[in-house]
Amino acid sequence: MDAIIDLILKSVPFLMKGTAFTVGLSAGSMILGLSLGFLIAFMHLSPTRLIRWPAMFFVSFIRGTPLIVQLFLIYYGLPEFGIRLDPIPAALLGLSLNVGGYTGEILRGAIQSVDKSHWEAAYSIGMTPAQAMRRSILPQAIRVALPALGNTFLSLIKDTAIAATIQVPELFRQAQLISARTYEVFAMYLSAAAIYWILCIILSRLQSKMEQRSNRHMRAN
Amino acid sequence: MDSNTKETMINVKGLKKSFDNNHVLSDIDLNVHKGEVLAIIGPSGSGKTTLLRCLNFLEAPNGGNIRVANTTVDASQDLKKQKKAIRALRKSAGFVFQNFNLFPHRTVLENITEGPVIVKGEEPTSAAKKARKLLKKVGLANKEDAYPSALSGGQQQRVAIARALAMEPDVILFDEPTSALDPELVGEVLNVMKELASEERTMVIVTHEMAFARDVADRVIFMADGQIVEEAPAEELFSAPKRERTKKFLKKILEKQ
Repeated sequence: MDAIIDLILKSVPFLMKGTAFTVGLSAGSMILGLSLGFLIAFMHLSPTRLIRWPAMFFVSFIRGTPLIVQLFLIYYGLPEFGIRLDPIPAALLGLSLNVGGYTGEILRGAIQSVDKSHWEAAYSIGMTPAQAMRRSILPQAIRVALPALGNTFLSLIKDTAIAATIQVPELFRQAQLISARTYEVFAMYLSAAAIYWILCIILSRLQSKMEQRSNRHMRAN
Repeated sequence: MDSNTKETMINVKGLKKSFDNNHVLSDIDLNVHKGEVLAIIGPSGSGKTTLLRCLNFLEAPNGGNIRVANTTVDASQDLKKQKKAIRALRKSAGFVFQNFNLFPHRTVLENITEGPVIVKGEEPTSAAKKARKLLKKVGLANKEDAYPSALSGGQQQRVAIARALAMEPDVILFDEPTSALDPELVGEVLNVMKELASEERTMVIVTHEMAFARDVADRVIFMADGQIVEEAPAEELFSAPKRERTKKFLKKILEKQ
C-alpha cells in the first residue's frame, strides 16, 4: 500500500503537467470553438443560401463523424497536402472545429427560440437588426443556450483525452506513460479519472453560477 | 379649426397589404393631424392592427405611400433600399404593443433608456434622468430597478408607454393596449393614455374600449374587411353612425357591454 502511495506521489508532477495541458487545451478550444459557434449560428440564420449552406454542411460533417477521425485527418492526413501541424496545434484545431459545430447548432436553436415580439420591440424603437440581435435577442438566447453549452464543454474536457492518440502529452497520455513504466495501471488511471472529475465539477459549478446570474430577471423581486 | 395651422403628422396613400392571396388592406388613405387622437375600431380580422403595424413597417406593406412627420417611405419600391428611412420613421412613431413586449432581461429603467442610449446615442446619465421623469409620469417612480416579470400587466404596459415616450416620438401608435390586461388593470393604462391625449400628443389607437374611444378620441375610424367603412368625429360616429355595417357592429358591441 505504501508503495502505491509513494508511486502516486512521485507521479504527481507528471500528472500535474498533463493536467496543465488538459486545462489549456480545453480552455483554448472552448474560446475558439465558441467563437466559431457564433459565426456558424449567424451563417446558418442567413437568408442567403451561399452563406447558409457551408455552415449546414460543416455542422453535418462535425456531428456525423467521430472526433478521433477528425483529429487523425488533421494530424496524420493533412501532411499529405504539405500541412504539417504539431500535436498541440493539431489538437487545438480539431477540438475547436468540433466544439464550433456543436455550439453553432446550440446557438442557432437558442436564437430562433427567442420570440419574434422581441425583434419587433427592438425595431419599434428604431434599432438596426444588428443592434436588436446584440441588445435584445442574444442575451435572451444565451440564457436558453447555457445548459446545452455547459454539456458541450463538459464533453470537451473529457474529449481532450482523445488528443493522447496524436501524441499530445495531456493528462490521459501521462497516466498511460506512467502505468506502462510502473505497471500500476489501476492506480494511475484512477488518479487521472479523479482529476478529470474534479475539472468537470469545477466547470459545472461555474455553469450553475452563470445560469443563476442569467436568470436573475426571472425571479419576482 | 383653421386647416392651415393643422400640420399633418401621418399621411397614408393607397396602402395595400395582402398575406399570400388574402387582401388584408386594400387602398387605405389616412391622414392624422398634429395633436389629434384617432381611434380605429372594427371587428377582429378587419385589418385594423395590420394597418397600425404597417404604419411603422413591423408589417411590410405591398404598396402605398406612408409619411410620418418628415419621413416618407414608398412601399411600392423595394423596402430593402429604404431601410434608413424606415428606421427614421420608426424613431418618430412610438409603438405600444398589445402584449407590452418589454425587454425581459432589463430593468424597468434600462427598458426606457435602451432606445435613447443605443439608438439615439444619448448620455446614459441624462437618459436615466429623463427616464425617471417618465416613470413618475406613468406612476411607477418606485419601480425603476424591478424586472418586467415582477410587474403586473398594467404596470408593464405603463413602462412600455414610457419606453415609447423616451424616444420623443412625433406620434404614438397603440395596438389594443388594454386587450391583454385583467379588467381591473385596464383603467390605470387608459388613465395614462388620457393624460397623454390631454397634452395634445398625436395618437393612433386601435382599441376595443368603445367608451374610451368616444371619450378621448377626436376622430374615429370604423374598419371592416380591410377597408375604412366610416370615419367621423367620435361623438358623431357613436351616436349617429351612417353606414349599415357600422350600426350593426356598434349594436353588437353595446349589447355585450
